[in-house]
Amino acid sequence: MTNWPLFEVFIRSKNGLDHKHVGSLHASDDNMAIENARDVYSRRMEGVSIWVVESKHITASDPKENSAFFEPAEDKIYRHPTFYHLPDELKHM
Amino acid sequence: MTEIESKLLEFQDRIDRDERIEAKDWMPEEYRRSLIRQIGQHAHSEIVGMLPEGNWITRAPNLRRKAILLSKVQDEAGHGLYLYSAAETLGIDRDTMIDELHSGKAKYSSIFNYPTISWADMGAIGWLVDGAAIVNQVALCRTSFGPYARAMVRICKEESFHQRQGYEIMLDLCKGSSDQKAMAQDALNRWWWPSLMMFGPSDKDSPNTAQSMAWRIKRFTNDELRQKFVDMTVPQAEILGIKIPDDKLKWNEERRHYDFDEINWEEFYSVVKGNGPCNRQRIEARKKAHEQGQWVRDAALAYAEKRSKKIA
Repeated sequence: MTNWPLFEVFIRSKNGLDHKHVGSLHASDDNMAIENARDVYSRRMEGVSIWVVESKHITASDPKENSAFFEPAEDKIYRHPTFYHLPDELKHM
Repeated sequence: MTEIESKLLEFQDRIDRDERIEAKDWMPEEYRRSLIRQIGQHAHSEIVGMLPEGNWITRAPNLRRKAILLSKVQDEAGHGLYLYSAAETLGIDRDTMIDELHSGKAKYSSIFNYPTISWADMGAIGWLVDGAAIVNQVALCRTSFGPYARAMVRICKEESFHQRQGYEIMLDLCKGSSDQKAMAQDALNRWWWPSLMMFGPSDKDSPNTAQSMAWRIKRFTNDELRQKFVDMTVPQAEILGIKIPDDKLKWNEERRHYDFDEINWEEFYSVVKGNGPCNRQRIEARKKAHEQGQWVRDAALAYAEKRSKKIA
């Protein structure tokens, strides 16, 4: 088991919605990962579709770098609709 | 009943129960083709739509306006990407779509074949063109294909500032000097009819509408959405104090809608066929950007290869 790779599990709860990360598990290969994900994460019909991906294939941003990494969006308040002051009588906008 | 007939019936049942279709689900080939065409056109429109506004980024009247316009054009690039990705879930690849845009096989919204000759055009585009796009896109948030619907939700959320910044430009011009107000009026005069054309041919001349409605790719017809846009926009023009260039425009108490004049369909089809004021210029600009960007794509690949060798 120690040399079984770790997989991340994503479940779509119903058609129309995104797959959402629900957790992870170890498995010997993709197939076992899908079957185990079904048995562990959707015993109560939590989903209609499952994705698994080996954790090592996920590249994640570094939380230590958050302030610099996300800084570009910080000072751009004009990307929000509330930035614009328009007359109260204006409708449908 | 043949196997395919029963599959088609089952598919229609799912649609009628208002279920969403996801990329790996069985779907009729024609449903797939229609979606690839529609989502592709939509993606191309976002990308070509960057050009008319890109024209004014370096000439925006102040830094605030420049930052806003830059942000809006960036959003459009992002929206193109969401849509190309949604289309790719249906089995077409990005390069094929880009080739089809460049060869003229794929269409994009004709509105972007009109020139942007004054700063007021940035106001009119945000207010009218984005306004019309939002009416269309809000309806598409409930389209039957899941990846397309989800892309639309994201786009609508981000786009809410686009229309407001455009209206704000118009408002400032209309509160300004008589020359500024005339500039706003001139922009409205030029963009009004092309904006109405954005909803496509009238229902009686739109052969794909019935099937698209049956499959709930479309939720409303072109004429329904066009009417909705007119009804919303007329009072907004009144607040600005400028006149919509249509002498037949009039509230119809019985219908509870505005009546408006017939669109110049000859102009509509002529621009769709490639004879608008800027069709050639737009495609040339896209091709040039793509070709001149080739070395960047090559360099990125070479760098990735070099790094993977180092790690190995």
